[in-house]
Amino acid sequence: ESLVHWPTQKMNLFQSVTSALDNTLASDPTAVIFGEDVAFGGVFRCTVGLRDKYGKDRVFNTPLCEQGIVGFGIGAAVAGATAIAEIQFADYIYPAFDQIVNEAAKYRYRSGNLFDCGNLTIRAPWGCVGHGSLYHSQSPEAFFAHCPGIKVVIPRSPVQAKGLLLACIADQNPCIFFEPKILYRAAVEQVPVEPYTIPLSQAEILQEGSDVTLVAWGTQIHVMREVANMAQEKLGVSCELIDLQTILPWDTETVCKSVVKTGRLLISHEAPITGGFAAEISSTVQEECFLNLEAPISRVCGYDTPFPHIFEPFYIPDKWKCFEAIKKMINY
Amino acid sequence: MKNMLTIISNALCRITGRNVGAQTVSELLIDLSEYVNVTSPPAVPALAQTQAQTQRQPPKPPPVSTRAPAAQLVSAQADQLDTPGTRAVVSRSFADFTSQATFDIKKCDVHRLEEGPPLKAELTREQGLRYYRIMQTVRRMELKADQLYKQKIIRGFCHLYDGQEACAVGIEAAINPSDHLITAYRAHGYTYTRGIAVKEILAELTGRRGGVAKGKGGSMHMYAPHFYGGNGIVGAQVPLGAGIALACQYQGNNQVCVALYGDGAANQGQLFESFNMAALWKLPCIFTCENNQYGMGTSVERASASTDYYKRGDFIPGIRVDGMDVLCVREAFKFAAEHCRSGKGPIVMELKTYRYHGHSMSDPGVSYRTREEIQEVRSKSDPITMLKERMLSNNMASVEEFKEIDIAIRKEVEEAAQYATSDPEPPLEELCNHIFSNDSPLEVRGTNPWARLKSVS
Repeated sequence: ESLVHWPTQKMNLFQSVTSALDNTLASDPTAVIFGEDVAFGGVFRCTVGLRDKYGKDRVFNTPLCEQGIVGFGIGAAVAGATAIAEIQFADYIYPAFDQIVNEAAKYRYRSGNLFDCGNLTIRAPWGCVGHGSLYHSQSPEAFFAHCPGIKVVIPRSPVQAKGLLLACIADQNPCIFFEPKILYRAAVEQVPVEPYTIPLSQAEILQEGSDVTLVAWGTQIHVMREVANMAQEKLGVSCELIDLQTILPWDTETVCKSVVKTGRLLISHEAPITGGFAAEISSTVQEECFLNLEAPISRVCGYDTPFPHIFEPFYIPDKWKCFEAIKKMINY
Repeated sequence: MKNMLTIISNALCRITGRNVGAQTVSELLIDLSEYVNVTSPPAVPALAQTQAQTQRQPPKPPPVSTRAPAAQLVSAQADQLDTPGTRAVVSRSFADFTSQATFDIKKCDVHRLEEGPPLKAELTREQGLRYYRIMQTVRRMELKADQLYKQKIIRGFCHLYDGQEACAVGIEAAINPSDHLITAYRAHGYTYTRGIAVKEILAELTGRRGGVAKGKGGSMHMYAPHFYGGNGIVGAQVPLGAGIALACQYQGNNQVCVALYGDGAANQGQLFESFNMAALWKLPCIFTCENNQYGMGTSVERASASTDYYKRGDFIPGIRVDGMDVLCVREAFKFAAEHCRSGKGPIVMELKTYRYHGHSMSDPGVSYRTREEIQEVRSKSDPITMLKERMLSNNMASVEEFKEIDIAIRKEVEEAAQYATSDPEPPLEELCNHIFSNDSPLEVRGTNPWARLKSVS
């Protein structure tokens, strides 16, 4: 793509987020960043150095009140500021659920386009981390997917993270940006230093294939890459890997076109299976591509339990479970 | 002066064959007086491990306390109030132990109250030794958890309570085991004071089947009878506490609920919703803010428009208490429990306390406060040292007794750690159990359409 020739710097995920925020604060004088502990750099170091560079009236701490943080953010956005709110863990977003669903999502609709809080972006660390247990590992994208009016975006890597975050900030709709916390340090790429955006609501085909379509987002993409390799080596099965990137509104066209080609679909996410976002994808695909399906659509997801403490390795949809699902689909 | 102390103490050690020297002048005087006694007619051996009860009455026995055994601390190794002493006492000719003393305690700031808790607290020898033992156990248990975490035997999130022991012990001393208590995630101390053994706590931290929550909860989710946890979401436990208080009122059982939260949680909206409901319906709820000056890394001045947390209940009376003094905490909570039981409605308590560790094990605790500050609190206001010194200077116990208690605690914690490390992990079936309450096993959908697990509850 056109990014190829830009000057880049080696960055991990949290550094790429810092870079995106840095670009935003530099170019947009109305941009403000707030949340719990963002001033010193944040618990995941996503805002390191920004307060020193841009001042304490633009990067500031809030007290411990998620509902207040998001409500305050909506107000700031409606009045014209580019408000970037941080919720410390996605697990803590629920006190703000009412504000997001009832206020942020419906502002434009209920005012007949007189007002909107499109300038609001909410960032939150997301997903399992190996030892997070019940309240530091959740993936709540399915709760928000059920709410027209907001956008939900999940990157898989530093380059995607910066581009998608800048796209969310620029987008004239309230966006929730979930950052896979396990990748904050683990994922490292050469990321362009200058700002750039990656289009929202466009799924990306990472690998073309002819036998099975694999759909995932965030951390699970890396698991699926391994699964695709395993399928190729051990079963001779060619997999097409799609990163959904935007959960809401999602790119139905790319996924359906792929399933028309391959006839088999495997969707995987960490969140519990019942009512997880894979259910929505599965339902839509069977509507659109019914006659093209060679096997029932497979979902490999977390169990219908709270995210466990000691049982995490058994709970997560690892590569073996996904591989097993592919085998069953091929032999259907 | 210190040198003199060391020289004399070392000499005494050589003469008597003792291993450990005196640390303070009062200890040295006690050691010397003992030396004098050793050369006089036979004394009962100090190191007997039996529960020999022969405590000699002092020459002028002070009035026996007729207070109800409110100071009964429930624990797996709890002693009953009427068996004096946990160890054999060195029977000395002159230096008998004082069985009870009265101490001056700090005056508490009050809000919307005509009078506050008393300015004096009575402490019996048994109570003192018991409080010491419980506080020291919590301290050692937390330090052991720190050690296990650094060895990666405990993983995940671990929020330690050392420095704040006086709060848990003081509260427990003031309420009954039938009263209720709920707190946030810094819960190991309360789990112990509410009756769970150290080994079950450590096994829960390591995620083993012998853990108090079967290994399924971890550090933040420990429970006991009349102890509702152990809650991860900040502030979420306070409306629960108000609800428990409502149940007490409804059932007319004269019980109260202590709902604890931190200075960070004091800014959560749901607290104020709870305050309103509790005051409106006069619920017997003691809302307690454990103010350890920092909400994770944010100091109270930077998070709260008003740091007078005892006043934040506005229309609810409040008391600010020195949370480093176990007697102060006890007296204040006796007052508060009485207030609630008499039907006057809720009350807000603020315990000014301090934590030595960072917010959790992933926080070094020194990027937002200085080491000097931590050291200063440790040397001037440590709750365990304070109690110990009070008892020693009033001749209520001997240094050996404290040392014996320490040794026994160390052993208990060590054994608990052994258990926690060697106990097997819970079986895989536990993954799905206890999601719902169901009569017949419920089928749980798994990671793919062919994987089905059973949930038993």
